[in-house]
Amino acid sequence: MPYVPHSDADRAAMMKAVGIQKMDDLFQDVPAHLRYPKMDLPEPLSEMELMAELTAMSERNADLKHFMCFLGAGAYCHYIPSVVDQIVSRSEFYTAYTPYQAEISQGTLQGIFEYQSMICALTGMDVANASHYDGATAVAEAVVMAHNVSRKKRRKVVVSPFLHPEYRATTRTYTQGLELTIVGDESVRNDLPALLSMVDEDTMCLIVQTPNFLGELEDLRGVADRVHSKGALLVVVADPISLGLFQPPGEHGADIVVGEGQPLGNAINFGGPSLGFFATRENLVHKMAGRLVGQTVDAEGRRGFVLTLSAREQHIRREKATSNICSNEALNALTAAVYMAALGKCGLRRVAELCYHKSHYAAHRIGRIPGFQVMTQKSFFKEFVVKCPVPVSDLNDGLLEWGIIGGYDLGRDYPEFTNHMLVCATETCTREEIEYFAEALQEVAG
Amino acid sequence: MTEPLIFEIGGPGRCAASLPDPDVPLAELPRDYLRDGLPLPEVGELDLVRHYVRLSQLNHAVDTGFYPLGSCTMKYNPKMNEAAARLPGFAHTHPYQDACTVQGNLRLIYELQEFLKDITGFAAVSLQPAAGAHGEFAGVLMIRAYHQARGDNKRTVMLIPDSAHGTNPASTAMCGYTVTEIRSDSRGNVDLEDLKAHCNDDVAGIMLTNPNTLGLFDEHVLEVCEAVHGCGGLVYGDGANLNAIIGIVKPLELGFDVMHFNLHKTFSTPHGGGGPGSGPVGASAALADFLPGPIAGMSEDSDCESGACCDDEGPCYSLHLPPKSVGRLKAFYGNFGVLVRAYAYIRNLGSKGLRKAAEHAVLNANYLRVKLQDVYPLPYRRVCMHEFVLSGKLPDAPAVHTLDIAKRLMDFGYHPPTIYFPLIVPEALMIEPTETESKETLDAFAQAMIQIAEEARANPDLLHSAPHITPLRRLDDVKAAREPRLRWRP
Repeated sequence: MPYVPHSDADRAAMMKAVGIQKMDDLFQDVPAHLRYPKMDLPEPLSEMELMAELTAMSERNADLKHFMCFLGAGAYCHYIPSVVDQIVSRSEFYTAYTPYQAEISQGTLQGIFEYQSMICALTGMDVANASHYDGATAVAEAVVMAHNVSRKKRRKVVVSPFLHPEYRATTRTYTQGLELTIVGDESVRNDLPALLSMVDEDTMCLIVQTPNFLGELEDLRGVADRVHSKGALLVVVADPISLGLFQPPGEHGADIVVGEGQPLGNAINFGGPSLGFFATRENLVHKMAGRLVGQTVDAEGRRGFVLTLSAREQHIRREKATSNICSNEALNALTAAVYMAALGKCGLRRVAELCYHKSHYAAHRIGRIPGFQVMTQKSFFKEFVVKCPVPVSDLNDGLLEWGIIGGYDLGRDYPEFTNHMLVCATETCTREEIEYFAEALQEVAG
Repeated sequence: MTEPLIFEIGGPGRCAASLPDPDVPLAELPRDYLRDGLPLPEVGELDLVRHYVRLSQLNHAVDTGFYPLGSCTMKYNPKMNEAAARLPGFAHTHPYQDACTVQGNLRLIYELQEFLKDITGFAAVSLQPAAGAHGEFAGVLMIRAYHQARGDNKRTVMLIPDSAHGTNPASTAMCGYTVTEIRSDSRGNVDLEDLKAHCNDDVAGIMLTNPNTLGLFDEHVLEVCEAVHGCGGLVYGDGANLNAIIGIVKPLELGFDVMHFNLHKTFSTPHGGGGPGSGPVGASAALADFLPGPIAGMSEDSDCESGACCDDEGPCYSLHLPPKSVGRLKAFYGNFGVLVRAYAYIRNLGSKGLRKAAEHAVLNANYLRVKLQDVYPLPYRRVCMHEFVLSGKLPDAPAVHTLDIAKRLMDFGYHPPTIYFPLIVPEALMIEPTETESKETLDAFAQAMIQIAEEARANPDLLHSAPHITPLRRLDDVKAAREPRLRWRP
């Protein structure tokens, strides 16, 4: 059998050393009547047979290498330079674990330190942790942190209706034992001024996403001052690619900046694994969850890196920890770092500009199709809302036959937006594909 | 040996990626929103590659050497699984595609749920949690929801043995519960008397790791579950140590009501330098409706809800939220790329192979135990499961600590065991060899441990100053915490 290297002679020698006659002797503490239960797993397959079967299974999917994609809504098609996967496929990275032993884990530690630094640069914040599971859990942990910052005295969270619906759902799951009130997202009419009017002395934080779930940029000017005047924190959820082009939330006074890091060089992977990035201000670092890498020196005075400030974490503080998080998404964070380093200062801005131009061209083109209306009025980044003459699910069924994965059906989450499609165009869409998509929409709707 | 920071190499205008020119008319950028400057690195591709390759060479990893990190199950990560997860049909699918366009993914999710049910006896499994602690949190939320659904709102106490992982009390606190610690007895089991003294109608449940963090199978596990059930509580199983008992016993049959799995431990998926993991949750019939979701279902019905394109022969798969679900724990459906690897592992090994893996994990641990139990103190002298816990407190080397032994092991090319955990063993050294290591590797490791014990007596300074041949010498943790430098600054 693969992966167990023992020869019969090894096994016999080892059993003799342990002082047992048969393997069962190792399991005498297991209740005898329950020992060795029947399992009905499929018969084992060799690598050759299994890869053939898995390939066939994977080909039952319509994948984004064979279909054009105009779907985003929290998971995005961005081009991943070959160098990224080549680097993170090095097994010195992916077969290590949490760098508890710093002297033999400098690769992972320095990689994370650089990741933290790049996230700070991108968001305009002071400190970033080593990652959360995804954007949704990063938002939920931001709420838990805001609750702790208020010494658990404040009970209210104000959240935009245009924060990703699954992030709002995840936040509600996370906080169900904490007796919080989450308001703001009950009506799509709650724009930023309306949300600000809900922030009061019992509010721990306001959560705003920009670009929001509909793709629009939120105007953050003056927001932090209003939130801080009530003693609450401003949590901004941001798309990391957009930060290549737009002002970082840190410049607008955000206290916590989080988001989904998948667009930074991670494959979509049907929704995971990805990573949540999490950044905050220096004075709040002791309230932050998650692992942190810090710089120090070794016994000979050379620069090195270690996990630090771990008195916040579960393995030290147990029930008083800032979170229960242990494993995070380190390899995905490394992937994000390699991507940011590969594109660098100029490259990330160019990717962001391409997203901006392609999506605006797509909006312009779709707006000219009879019966379709682009609803997005404000500035947008890579997604926009289109009112369609027929149900979105019908359109998407038809688009499949054109080899296109259509946009997101906003009616799933917002009854007001029945027949509204959230269309995404990134740098990966060519002009030709946008024209073809517009043509397909017109034909399918007609 | 040190490597410059990525910010310290390269130069203005360099970039390691080539991007196309815009092929569409340029839209006007919104001036009010644009940023000035973006302090990211500027490096060419070769410099980038060399930087990261050099960094990788500073790591110890399963693929470079023995990694007996207790409780983390650092077994070999089969390469076939990496290839499987990178198949474009899996890696490049979007979570919001119509179900009919991702039937391959949904079938894999459904079948993996079924495999995990079969392995453990549970009635249902959700693959959504992204890591063990995430699954734990889901399990405690489910226990809370179960009691609340019965109108039993008084139960807010979780019993947690003193040998438990720190995630157990932390997950409990996140659910608004309080923790009562239960003592271990002299044989390393849950102390039954202490447990029974705390079983009352405030108790929501117990969080039980079995085999526990001492690597011991609780000799009274049936009585423990019975006592907690007897007072109306539920039993949460921490599946961190499942690798020892696959095919040996089904947790449901021991009396567990809900349990998380660690696919990155038991089912061989790589640890990634700290993640991604995957922490599915299994539940008994009574708790199945509370599972987080969505989870996958199968229908033989040809006109199933997945739509028109599922019309070719064979069953149809779809996703749904269990009826009384505690909700979703993250966006989308779980760490799918990790699920593909675990699925491939299970299909490659089958029932017999998984059982054989468990048996050899336990054999390897016991082989090392008997080789070391007369060299280092072994506080609980019993047959162990997949790991065992020594103490680094050598009677005739009082100046040497576990940390010194751990650091000295690096000079021999080994990753140290987990140290100072579990908390109930002073100076703990928690050793988990896993089944994928050969007898020669174990013999060589044991020899190194024996030599280090001799050095501890003869030349303790050799240990105090260890490691000697690693890329860096011992690092100053105190300085890192007192003068936090958590990022590069220009």
